[in-house]
Amino acid sequence: MLTYAINRAIQFALSLVVASVVIFALMSLLPGNAAQVALGTNATPEAVASLEAQYGLDRPPLIRYFDWMGGMLTGDFGTSYVTGAEITPVIVDSVQVTAILVIAAIAVSIVIAVPLGTFAALEQRNWIGVTISAISQVGIAIPNFLAAIILVIIFSLTLGWFPSQGWMAPIEGLGGFLLRLVLPVVSLALVQAAILTRYVRSAVLDVMREDYIRTARAKGLTKTKALFAHGLRNAAIPVITVAGVQLATLLVGAVIIEQIFVLPGIGSELVRAVANRDLVAVQGIVMVLVLLVLIINLIVDILVPIVDPRIRNAA
Amino acid sequence: MPENLLEVRDLTITPAGADAPVLHDVSLSLAPGERVGLIGESGSGKSLTAQSVMGLLPEELHARGQVRLQGHSGNLLEANEKTLAGLRSDIVSMVFQEPMSALNPLMRIGDQIAEVLRLHGKAPRGQIPTRVRELLRDVHMPDPDSARFAYPHQLSGGQRQRVMLAIALANSPRLLICDEPTTALDVTVQKHMLDLIAERVSAVEAGLLFITHDLAVVAGVCDRVIVMYRGRIVETGSVDEIFTAPKHEYTRGLLASSDLEATDDRGRLFTLKTALAYSGPQIGEAETTADVGEPEDLRDEPQTSTRPEHTGTSVAESTDEDSVRTASAGDGVRGASVRDDHRTPSVRESAPLIEVSDVTRIFRGRGLFGRRRSDVTALGGIDFSVAAGARLGIVGESGSGKSTLLNILSGLDRPTTGHVRVGDIRVEAASSQALRRLRENLQIVFQDPFASLDPRMRIADIVAEPLIAAGVDKDERAARVEEMIAAVDLDADSLRRYPHQFSGGQRQRISIARALVTRPQILVADEPVSALDVSVRAQVLNLLTDLVDEYALTLLFVSHDLGVVKHLCSEVIVMRAGQIVESGATEDIYANPQEEYTRRLIAATPSLAEALAG
Repeated sequence: MLTYAINRAIQFALSLVVASVVIFALMSLLPGNAAQVALGTNATPEAVASLEAQYGLDRPPLIRYFDWMGGMLTGDFGTSYVTGAEITPVIVDSVQVTAILVIAAIAVSIVIAVPLGTFAALEQRNWIGVTISAISQVGIAIPNFLAAIILVIIFSLTLGWFPSQGWMAPIEGLGGFLLRLVLPVVSLALVQAAILTRYVRSAVLDVMREDYIRTARAKGLTKTKALFAHGLRNAAIPVITVAGVQLATLLVGAVIIEQIFVLPGIGSELVRAVANRDLVAVQGIVMVLVLLVLIINLIVDILVPIVDPRIRNAA
Repeated sequence: MPENLLEVRDLTITPAGADAPVLHDVSLSLAPGERVGLIGESGSGKSLTAQSVMGLLPEELHARGQVRLQGHSGNLLEANEKTLAGLRSDIVSMVFQEPMSALNPLMRIGDQIAEVLRLHGKAPRGQIPTRVRELLRDVHMPDPDSARFAYPHQLSGGQRQRVMLAIALANSPRLLICDEPTTALDVTVQKHMLDLIAERVSAVEAGLLFITHDLAVVAGVCDRVIVMYRGRIVETGSVDEIFTAPKHEYTRGLLASSDLEATDDRGRLFTLKTALAYSGPQIGEAETTADVGEPEDLRDEPQTSTRPEHTGTSVAESTDEDSVRTASAGDGVRGASVRDDHRTPSVRESAPLIEVSDVTRIFRGRGLFGRRRSDVTALGGIDFSVAAGARLGIVGESGSGKSTLLNILSGLDRPTTGHVRVGDIRVEAASSQALRRLRENLQIVFQDPFASLDPRMRIADIVAEPLIAAGVDKDERAARVEEMIAAVDLDADSLRRYPHQFSGGQRQRISIARALVTRPQILVADEPVSALDVSVRAQVLNLLTDLVDEYALTLLFVSHDLGVVKHLCSEVIVMRAGQIVESGATEDIYANPQEEYTRRLIAATPSLAEALAG
């Protein structure tokens, strides 16, 4: 198990290095460097050259890559060429917002999907099961920005229960923080819950057909009890993997939701950086997003063998 | 309170939405402590009967009739899930066929045994760990003290089945139902398991309902036998009555086709159709070698090296380049049957068709940074050769290296060291082109007839596939496919259908057609009949015998069933733990095994005659 964890950690580090090289190469290979962008199209070559020297862009790419990597390892994402501000504090602040949003969304979707999916599997022949399946099917088809707009129209503009946009840090007021979180989290979670419900349903249906459920019933458990005592943990294995992938999707989904609800998350920062042609910031933010996705994968990889002794032993 | 332990009256089971029942008016009873065998082929309804008693019938099946159990008043078919759950493992328990999937893979086996004790409150909470150890000891689990902490995947099939038995008998039920409990196990393990079931059932004084398709197994375990056929009970009687004087035609057929020692005048096994000529098992017969009147020099046969020409069907002669060149082809046209041949000594000395020398295969465990983990030696120095036209049986238990050897022979895997030559192809160093030639000449029939055919391909395409790889044009493909389908006794109609429309036996015929369509010289059969019913097994074995004769094939037949190998093969290799422990002419090995392991294998193979004599 320990070797397995170390192996996964090494894979994680290697993926991170590869990703950083790809991101850096893309940014460096794009025509027009940061100095050119900053000075505009009318700048003289001399002015561009002197700014390049000032930013250190005249150095060989390899040196600049290690400079950038070295900085990130010590928590320094560099300085924006556009605003002249430090990028690290911006990233640290915005990542917290996005993390809260995404983790809350996946938690809500799991809370909705696991009971619903299990129920749909147990009652698959009844109208309840069929209804749950049908609703989740429709849910998958709704993009989360549409869900967001509908929710805002109903719960904010019509009923006035929740604010339609904005962010409040928890220390500024827990109530306000939670109130502003509800609509963005629900918009993100609904679609994911619909997808996850279907996965849970099919995982539970698969497990119910397994021989060990029959054994459990032969031992004297009712069908439902057999599912709870033996089935759910087995069904969790594929569901964990799917939830991990969903978490990564949620990060991307957050970019749009943050725009709609005007949240100062990393998605908003990314959009702003791209709009301002703030290359250093884009590079840093994309790197952080990659890091988060890789961390999620690492957690899933470690979690599965904890649940499943067969993989633990093979590892 | 009924007199009988179990009383089933007019049990009729109908699938939802269907008119025709799959089980018709089944009535049976079991006295307390009685051991009854329920025999029939797949689809005969024996498992459905058992599931009705356990209350484990799938929801889409509707049962009518009465099932009464001592210790519970009322009809079990009308009881709710909660009541039934209370009876299961308390009054009636069950051991299932598939030990590999019957236990929860995520739970330690000790916890799984403890659960059944807790559920019915038979042991005080504090005594549960002690009781679990006791139960594991009772089923002769090696090292019961630490075994309870093992997960199912760490145990062998036999050990898992022991755990299942421990669970089933934990609460000393009055009735134990075993549904093919040993079908998935090796013969030697099967013997132990059967003895263990008999021993434990006596110890807890339970009745036994033993479901199987294997008559020899039932004869050894049960007092009374019930025979089921197509959802009906066709005959019931004591073991002696059923096996020596079967009344029903089907029982006779089943008995005839499960006797691998008896053959009709063509040297073929009896089937349901030819059962009339069968005279019953030869009880107490000491020596069976002289019965068919085969020539003394039978054992010399595998040493011959000539490939007899194909006979019967029109054979498109392959060019020398395309075919695996045999050592000697100068013997002209021969009779269809290899058995009839008497070869001259000069031919015998020629090079064999297949030569395996000093082959090892080691699977390396790979650790972090390539650090070596424990290596697994699947094959440790295998040497043998097969002459053209020989029928070689390879026997051994699971894990003995049979499948690895086949993979290497067919070029699917490469040996770690050693040489393999098939015809003129050096398999271990073969180019992909040479491997393609090899596969035209060496074809495989696999064990599982349900998984080895692509469910989305029509039979015509499945059978034609090897020909596409060989570059045969469309018209000839169609012609050859039709010829092959006829050769395996299937209708030309079958070609347009899909695999799921066929039974297990028919699918295995299709697999055989696919294997033979390239006109290989060598047919490798990997447990081709072990997933089949006894009656179907006889048909498929007869078909194989016919085709081997007709196409003058060299046969490599892998099996754990020594009876089948004895019937089919002239020469045999006994494998254990990646080594050949014994090899030679089949008759010699069976009559006079030199190695302890071979003796144990032969002794463990259930045979009708022995079971009845014992």
